[in-house]
Amino acid sequence: MHEWALAESILVSVQQIAEQEHLQSVSEITIRVGALQQIEPSILQFALKQMSEGLLKGVKFRILKAKSTLKCRVCGATWQYSSKKLGKADAEAIHFVPEAAHTYIKCPKCGSPDFEIASGRGVWLEDIKGVK
Amino acid sequence: MIDPRTSIIGERLAKTRRIVAISSGKGGVGKSMVASALALSLARVGFRVGLFDADFTGPSTHIILGIPKDVQPKEDKGLVPAEVEGITYMSLVYFVGDKPAPLRGVDVSNALIELLAITQWGKLDFLIIDMPPGIGDAVLDLVRLAKKIEFLIITTPSLLAFEVVKKQVALLCELKMPIIGIVENMKRDNSNIIEKETEKLGLRYLGAAAFDQKVEAAIGNPTKLLDTAIGEATEKLEKGLGYKKGNSDAL
Repeated sequence: MHEWALAESILVSVQQIAEQEHLQSVSEITIRVGALQQIEPSILQFALKQMSEGLLKGVKFRILKAKSTLKCRVCGATWQYSSKKLGKADAEAIHFVPEAAHTYIKCPKCGSPDFEIASGRGVWLEDIKGVK
Repeated sequence: MIDPRTSIIGERLAKTRRIVAISSGKGGVGKSMVASALALSLARVGFRVGLFDADFTGPSTHIILGIPKDVQPKEDKGLVPAEVEGITYMSLVYFVGDKPAPLRGVDVSNALIELLAITQWGKLDFLIIDMPPGIGDAVLDLVRLAKKIEFLIITTPSLLAFEVVKKQVALLCELKMPIIGIVENMKRDNSNIIEKETEKLGLRYLGAAAFDQKVEAAIGNPTKLLDTAIGEATEKLEKGLGYKKGNSDAL
């Protein structure tokens, strides 16, 4: 599962931050997942729990969703990404590498593939609660 | 907000002994041919070799190697690259197919980080990276993210190509990146001007591949590719890389 690779990167990243910030314990990690990558929160949650160890064992993971906004660089139109308008294979390609969106999605107003992924691309760490 | 993906890249590449970027400031000099032939040559003498096509807007190693469309990476806690001709292989073409991928700099960086973060290369003696032309995002990102990276530079006999290569060498020296040497591709006569110019830069001249009309006919056929001047040059390069077999199990 692709979510496992991303979960691993989250745990390594949190571990590094905890060391830098001299955290003695971590109680809660907030993760935001953008709509474009279509990460399944339940799989990510399961992977995070399965792989947590040491300082992160038993930590609470909050996984929040974010809409993905795309903005055309040619005509300036903005729109929300939805995988429903795509075929299964195309949506899956974007799931693995969100930049594949430039191959499968066009601006709904002018038809250009030259758009910016303005928000909600992938997975990012939003907050780490811990005690120093 | 923190992007967690870059944290895992070091670990993904930890079991790779050497990362060799086949690079050139100039396009059209034969980087993909050399990268493919070098990966094949190394695999055929028993090295564990990965090939990563980082030329996202113009990928071609899958065509050079004749990779069948049904050969795909497998999902297992990330993506496990498919094995082709003894080479573990990854490319953006698995996600965009034969369609264009019009990516700007930020998108190139993001796609590169994503693939480096999710690809499970496993143990490798060599990870060969087919770089896009120039000294843009992919070069700067790989320098930042793949700490062990070394550069093998390709040029043609044209001084026009070499002038651009010189800029790349200057940048890599400024960034304190190791340069294995320079390979001259599509050599048409006995001129040694590129060899002399390479020496002036203080770099190793690792040999030449003569212009060979058989190369075009070898596209899609790895055995034929190794039977061309490029194949002969990359077989000799194995020594130029200065690496002896063995001990990768210790990783």
